[in-house]
Amino acid sequence: MQDWRRNSGFFASLAVPPVAWLLLLFLVPLGGVWLLSFGQNTGLTEITVTGTLANYQRALEPLYLEIMLKSLWIAGATTMICLIAGFPVALAIVFAPPRAKTWLLLLVMLPFWTNLLIRTYALIAVLRTNGFLNAGLGWLWDGLSGLLALLGLGSLAPFQPLHLLYTDFAVVFGLVYVHLPFMVLPLYAALERIDRSLIEASLDLGAGHLRTLAYVVCPLALPGIISGVIVTMVPALGAYLAPDLLGGPSSQLIANVIERQFKRANDWPFGAALSFLLMYATFIALFVRAAVARSRGGGGAAL
Amino acid sequence: MQGSFYRSLTRRRALAALGVAGIGFSLSSCGKSEQAPASATGEEKKLNFFTWADYIGETTLDDFKAATGIEVKMDLFATNDDLFAKMRAGNPGYDVIVPSNEFVTRMIEAKMLMEIDQKKIPNLVNIGPEWRDISYDPGQAHSVPYTWLVIGIGYRKSKVQNIPDSWKYVFDSDEYAGRIAMLSEAADVFRLGFKYLGKSVNDFSPELLKQVEDMLIKQKKNIKVFHDDNGQDLLVSGEVDLVVEYNGDIAQRMQEDQDIDFVVPKEGSLLNTDNLCIPVGAPHPENAHAFINFILDAENDKKITETIQYPTPNLAAKALMDDAYKNSPAVYPSPEVLSRCEYGRFTGAEIAQAFEAAMTRVRAA
Repeated sequence: MQDWRRNSGFFASLAVPPVAWLLLLFLVPLGGVWLLSFGQNTGLTEITVTGTLANYQRALEPLYLEIMLKSLWIAGATTMICLIAGFPVALAIVFAPPRAKTWLLLLVMLPFWTNLLIRTYALIAVLRTNGFLNAGLGWLWDGLSGLLALLGLGSLAPFQPLHLLYTDFAVVFGLVYVHLPFMVLPLYAALERIDRSLIEASLDLGAGHLRTLAYVVCPLALPGIISGVIVTMVPALGAYLAPDLLGGPSSQLIANVIERQFKRANDWPFGAALSFLLMYATFIALFVRAAVARSRGGGGAAL
Repeated sequence: MQGSFYRSLTRRRALAALGVAGIGFSLSSCGKSEQAPASATGEEKKLNFFTWADYIGETTLDDFKAATGIEVKMDLFATNDDLFAKMRAGNPGYDVIVPSNEFVTRMIEAKMLMEIDQKKIPNLVNIGPEWRDISYDPGQAHSVPYTWLVIGIGYRKSKVQNIPDSWKYVFDSDEYAGRIAMLSEAADVFRLGFKYLGKSVNDFSPELLKQVEDMLIKQKKNIKVFHDDNGQDLLVSGEVDLVVEYNGDIAQRMQEDQDIDFVVPKEGSLLNTDNLCIPVGAPHPENAHAFINFILDAENDKKITETIQYPTPNLAAKALMDDAYKNSPAVYPSPEVLSRCEYGRFTGAEIAQAFEAAMTRVRAA
């Protein structure tokens, strides 16, 4: 193995394709949209970039800020549920026998093999009034009712299907389902790195399992928890498909509003301003987190 | 073409039995172009067709290929906005697109549509006179009507007390709370709201907009979902019992579910047409003309209409349809109701954006 310092030209040339890719297919288009956010519509398809701040001014109206807050709330709830559900899963995988570990990790990643749209559509079939979930519950209910009748205790009222689909619940449910692997994988990576002897020491020295988890495992896994939260929260904040397909009349998140500006409203400058407002907020949050990590010393490795 | 139309009329049954071969035969008698399609159009035998889902006959594309050798690649869009957004940055390679009337105006204004050479579409004679010179495309220079539609209320007969023949049931009543699906197209919803309030669908004013907005905010708790033109599925799956939808979408499903019906509310409604257009920059404009002419053939359009169950402006095709279709009140609402229906006019981007902003406020409220 050569030392990269002695042959830096070779290694730099390896970096050219990814850098070019990033520049041409990500930063340049993004820059174009950024410029649009300072433009105004001058025709049905023409936009003049005038440097106006009117789009941002409109994007900062209470109406749109409230929609952003709602998106933040839905994304936050999704992230918390993913964390609470994902942590035990990650922990179980870490302590599973090595052969099982591979299979369990594969199971976590398996949903990625199916298209996101199809997974979200499948949830419609699960959650709708005559869907699998209600059918299952109805079957249990009828069974219980029949059992009670058999015991001479009368029967229950007929099963009323739950209103699950087209609610905010369905949106969070869909987001958790889609984003859970994003949480489990960084958690697994962090937990896997923990020195087992520290856990043994904690247990030997009299701490119970829960205490060990709270005072030893969690602090050591903190970088993984933080990166899990970020990689779940950021895409959930921009979620578009789940609220569109699973949401009810009020489940309008900021990504849906942005989508409508680019399509129905045909107001690209305003849509661009809304998207960049979201991006500025994300960048500021990441910057604050990096600054905090730096002031604490280290920890930034999680990113 | 007129001749071949009458012949196919008299030979309807025989042609139906012959299937593809029959159509190839009936077409080959209409002109040189079908005998030697490739050299006639001088283009590669390809056509890129961009249309709505469930919106073409089961065998139409195969029939066209059999008749001309031209292979049609079909892509689907879900809303006019999707179509417009896709064409906005320049035609990505489509030859025939199917925008609705308001968007025909919008796309003409944005210089997205090619002028259609009517000489290359002899089957235009099949189109009824009321669609020949139409307000949204004067002189019919850029569009050929494919279907016409009217928005109404699709409903499940066993779940309603009376026929929901007023917009009141979906806009201003809690009788069917939680069992209503509303269209999500802002302009359509607000225009129907205007209609419910006794105004014209084109009577835009900020006050009227606010009035409908307040009405929708009040009604929102009774609405289960704003659907993206999949209302017929919501109705069939039992998710809702009342759905604001296009007549053809509901009529399609009425064939498989007897418990579904459709009504155009008595206040009147929004009329639409969907139109075959050739976008600027189409790589195969000659094939596009041939395709449009093929679709307008009576026998071909009859097959399409049998599948999609939309009202057709093609009188020759309509004449070939069976009585169940021709007399279906869902497909062809009574002239009395139709007289109270209007086309929505595109009157500028500002108004479209005002509809959209109002819808955002309704959804956020």
